[in-house]
Order: sequence, then structure tokens, then C-alpha cells
Amino acid sequence: MSEYFVRTEQMTVGYDGKPLIRDIEIRMRQGEILTLIGPNGAGKSTILKSMTRQLKLIGGAVYLDSEVMSRMSGNDVAKKLAVVMTERIRPELMTCEDIVATGRYPYTGTLGLLTKQDREKVREAMELVHTLEFKDRDFTAVSDGQRQRVLLARAICQDPEVIVLDEPTSFLDIRHKLELLSVLKKMVLKKHMAVLMSLHELDLAQKISDYVICVHGDKIEKYGTPEEIFTSDYIHHLYGITSGSYNEHFGCLEMERPPGKPQVFVIGGNSAGIPVYRKLQRAGIPFAAGVLHRNDTDYEVAKALAAAVITEDPFFPVSSESYEKARKIMISCRKVICCTDEFGPGNQKNRDLLQEAEKIGIEIEKI
Amino acid sequence: MHTKSENADFYIQKDRQEMPRKAYIRYTAAFAILLVLLVLFIIWNINSGSIHISVKEIIQILFQKQGDETSYNIVWEIRFPRILAALILGGALSVSGFLLQTFFNNPIAGPFVLGISSGAKLVVSLVMIYMLERAAVASSGLLIVAAFGGSMISMGFVLIIAKKVKNMSILVISGTMIGYICSAVTDFVITFADDSNIVNLHNWSMGSFSGISWENVRLVAAVIFFCMIFTFLMSKPISAYQLGEAYAQNMGVNIKAFRMALILLSSILSACVTAFAGPVSFVGIAVPHLVKSLLKTAKPILVIPGCFLGGAVFCLFCDLIARTVFAPTELSISSVTAVFGAPVVIYIMIRRKRTMQ
Repeated sequence: MSEYFVRTEQMTVGYDGKPLIRDIEIRMRQGEILTLIGPNGAGKSTILKSMTRQLKLIGGAVYLDSEVMSRMSGNDVAKKLAVVMTERIRPELMTCEDIVATGRYPYTGTLGLLTKQDREKVREAMELVHTLEFKDRDFTAVSDGQRQRVLLARAICQDPEVIVLDEPTSFLDIRHKLELLSVLKKMVLKKHMAVLMSLHELDLAQKISDYVICVHGDKIEKYGTPEEIFTSDYIHHLYGITSGSYNEHFGCLEMERPPGKPQVFVIGGNSAGIPVYRKLQRAGIPFAAGVLHRNDTDYEVAKALAAAVITEDPFFPVSSESYEKARKIMISCRKVICCTDEFGPGNQKNRDLLQEAEKIGIEIEKI
Repeated sequence: MHTKSENADFYIQKDRQEMPRKAYIRYTAAFAILLVLLVLFIIWNINSGSIHISVKEIIQILFQKQGDETSYNIVWEIRFPRILAALILGGALSVSGFLLQTFFNNPIAGPFVLGISSGAKLVVSLVMIYMLERAAVASSGLLIVAAFGGSMISMGFVLIIAKKVKNMSILVISGTMIGYICSAVTDFVITFADDSNIVNLHNWSMGSFSGISWENVRLVAAVIFFCMIFTFLMSKPISAYQLGEAYAQNMGVNIKAFRMALILLSSILSACVTAFAGPVSFVGIAVPHLVKSLLKTAKPILVIPGCFLGGAVFCLFCDLIARTVFAPTELSISSVTAVFGAPVVIYIMIRRKRTMQ
């Protein structure tokens, strides 16, 4: 299994002879999902189109099952590689089943007549992605999500060993995004297919991919496992994020923190602080959060949104130094919001903070 | 989940027995209707005309090749070749339209609206005038070659425009303009050519199935027969191409060769028509649309023969009207096909408004 099923060698891609991305080295085994990520216009589609022979390579070669792809016949490639494109198609008078059946194209004879076996394959593929219920409806009359599944069924019944998908989850709602990716995972595990796709959703890319390729500038900037790629620093760099941030643990995006010195001090902990942080962020009020253990979920959000976060090491009681730091910031705030009334040995000092605020006479809001 | 798959199973079982059969019944019925209409219009056409000839006489002429000499000439030398021409050329024209619609992925593409017929008309009239001036008659083969050359010139312009603009309405408008330019030049050339045969030329340039000889019919039938076989054998890649170029490419279609074949076949088919009947409007758009609606499918393997039959029926019907309604004055075939074809085009455009934008 160390044999790479899809391999590119110094592949340079672009339009009209102008190179866009140079020296691409992709290695894919069967049973793997490889995802391209990168900013809009980085050339993800260009790479996918070049690897499916829709665009001529400017340099290098693509190997499919250790054969040079450009020397293979169209039919041989079709039996090994199927595509799901982003471009919307508007075929005339074709039912969803008709669309799926076109996947059998490389296997049918001169006139393209379907045999009983072909029909069986079509049915199987449609069943797999739950499209049988609307197989007789006109393709242009079904929803985007259904259409995308029909196109996936089409690719599946082509019996390929590699499926290439260009942003398959665009236009889909979250349920259908998850369903589509689950089907892909199933195909990979069950049929040992390889999947090469581009995705915009970083959270999903992180979860489904075995390997991730980052397209940036005129090259593949990074190529590795999701663990290697999805770090806050790198994602910020890749997408040039300047307002807001990317959270590597949650794989989610956070808005920009309100600018300025903290006006409100939030005593949080145990996920109780998150809704308050968000509310303040939406209102544009800069705030400080404390004292949070660095293994608290509140901490993950606070570090993205708060003007200042006072933290403590995990599993240790809040230290006097942290308390002092927090107190200093708190007394400069006009208001304290306390989100918790549970105080144990770990956050005893947070209760002290609250009492200190009462003593000084800062406005206190308890939630 | 459970009920869903059960439902699906139910659907499949019900479906396996009913759906294909229903479709097959529809296809069979549609082809039967077209064949019946074809026979009907052949009989009707052969029976009508300024001189009344009895059915018995016609049968004698056609099958026993005997009868009164005038009647024999009218039926065998005038009416029958004309019927065959309308049948074959009508079929060719609508198949040509279907191929162009596939090529441009545009339901209102056709040899007439894209100016391809007019390009053919221009070159054919130039050749005819050149030959007339030298007191020679252009042979059928030469006319087809001239028409094909003209088609390809217009097609070249249309392809250049299609590469620049992706909007299908603009493409059709540009094609129509090319058509007007070619027609204007043709009129100009005809007006200033001095020959007594000009009347004939003028009739032809308006579009008519009249005056077609057996020699013309034989050649056209042979050319169109081969083109039709090629076209039919291309149903498989055409069906792939209906999903767009990207998918067709992935299915293993050699896009360049395929596009070239589409262009050549559609040009030859429409060139044959223009060479002998002049430009015939709207058949290429209206008939494929009507046939697809009748069959309720766009599968090329059914639509191609359907278009041929449909085009034949449509042109026989229109020719019947052209020569009988205001007899003895004959209408140009294009006037009649426009009356029936143009509304279909308008209908398609209204229905497709969303995609047109």
C-alpha cells in the first residue's frame, strides 16, 4: 500500500501558458482524503482542473495508477477517475436518474445503451447517497443539496478509484454538508477510494482530511496532516486574517476584539463566560476576563475577544500573583460581571475578586 | 432512516415494472405518430396541386410507372422529387439544428438564426451567377460544396463571437446580423446579375423546394444518409456533452474532435438544404424542441431519429401549405415555416428567460 495511486511530478499549472502555481508534488494513496485549502483565487480549482485534464499542464506530469495520465485514453482515465465540478449544469429534460446513468459512460458500447448491470450500478449509487426517492424528477427541479448528491452518485457509479470534487459543499446547508462528507468517508473506508477535493470550510477540512494541501501564492506552501496545518498562526498567515482570528482547538472563527482599554471585568469559568464575552463583543465594549484556567473553554474564547485575559495554570488554584493582576485591571473597570456562583478550591480567588469589587463599590452584575 | 429506505424499496419495485414501460410506450407512440403523419403528408402532397390527378392514376404512375404522359411527368418528375426533397432536407435541417443547439448549449441556436444558412446562400448564389455568366449549369455536387464553404465562413464568425461572449442571446443576435449581412450582399449580387434565369435564382434565394430534380435528390439523399449515420453514432458523446464540457471530458470524450465533428456534420446537413432549397427558417429550432417535448426526453439516441422524422413531417406540411393555399401562386417555404416555427422560438425564449440572463 505504499504505492501512490495519484502522483504529480513537478506539475506546473495555469491558464493560457501562464504558470500560476509551480512545482506541485501531490502524493495520494488509495483510501485517503486529500483536501486543498487556501484563499479565494489561490488556484485550487486550477489544480483540480489540471489533474482531471480539463486544463493542459504547463509543466511536469500527473501519474494515475503509475501511468502518465496525458498518455492514457479518455476512456481509461474515466474508469479510474470521476469528477464533481462546481459549475452548475442545466441539462434539458433529464431526470436525476438520467444524470447518474451518464456515469456509466465509459463502460457502455458504441450507442451508450445501458445493460441490466449498468442499471443496477446506477441504482446502488443512488441508494448510497439517498437520491432514489427523487430519481424520476427533473434534474433542474431539485434542490441544490439534492443536485449535489445526484452528481456524487454519478461519480460513484462511474466506479472510479479516485473522485475529484471541486468545492462539493458550497451551496449546501449544514445537514447536507455533513451527509455529503460522510458519504465520501464511507466510500473511502468501504471501497478504498481516494478522494481529492477543495473545501472552503476549514472546520470540516480539518475533520475529514487525512492530508491537507495549502495553496498560497504561486506554490504549495504547506502539505501535511491536519494537525500540522491547522494552527492559528499558520491559518492566519494563509488567509491573511487581520480582523478576527482562527481558533485551532475548535476549528472556528472569532470576530475581532473590541479595541481599547477594558471597561468591564468578567469573572467567568466553566463555559459560563462565553455568552457574556460574545454579548460584549457585539456591543463593541472592550473587556477583561479572569481569572481563567487555561483548560477552561472560556479561555479559548476570551483569548480571542478580551482586551486582557488573566490566566492560571490548569489544575492549580488561582495564585496570589494572578489575583493581584486581575484586581489591578478590575479596579480600572466601571463594571464587573460575574457569570458563576460556583466557587471551589480552584477558583476561590475569583470569589475574593467579587468581594473586593463590592467593597470598592464597582457596579456588579450577577448572571 | 428505516422508513426512508423502505419507501425507497417500495419505489424501486413499483418503478422497475412501471417506469421503463411507461417511457417505452411514450417513445413508441411518438414515433408511430410521426410515421403516420409522414405517410399522411406524403399522400396528401402527391394528391394536391393545380392539376387534379386521381388516386388510381397516381398509384399506377408510382408503382407501375405508366399513365397519361402529362400526369406522369407531373407526379414522377415534379411532385415526387419535391416530396422527397422536403422530406430529406427537412429532416436534415432539424438534425442540423439539434447539433448546433448541443454545440452552443443554446436551445435557440439553429442554422438560420446563426446566419449559417445565409452564408451558404451567399456563396451558392455567387457560384450560380458565375456559372450562368459562362452559360454553364452548376452541378449538384458543386452547389453542395459551395453551400458548405459558405456555411463554414459564417460558422467561423459565429465561433469567434461565441468565444468572446458567453451570453446566448447575444450569440443569436450576432448570428442574425451575420445572416442579414449575407442576405443583403446576396440581394445586391442578384439584382445586378444580368440573366433571364434571375427569376429562378430569386425564387431559390427566398427558399423553395420547387424545381428539384431527381439528380439533386439522389445526391442529397446519399450525402445526408451518410451524415445521419455518423450523427446517430455520435449519440453517445452527444449525451455526455449535454452535461457540459467538463463532465464530457471526464467521461472520456475527445472534446476537440467531438466539437469539430459537430460543426462539420451540422454544416454539411444545412449546406445540403441551402444548396437546393435556399434558406429555410426556424425548422432547425422549432422541430428539435417539439420532438423533445413529444418524447419528454433529450436522449440523443431517440431525439436524432425523432428530429429527422419530425423535420420531414414539418417541411412536408409547410410545403403543402406553401403550394396550395394561394395556388397557383406559391409562397416561399420560409414564410410558412416562420409562421409555425417562430412562435415556438418565442415560447422557448419566454420559458427559458431565467437561463437567458
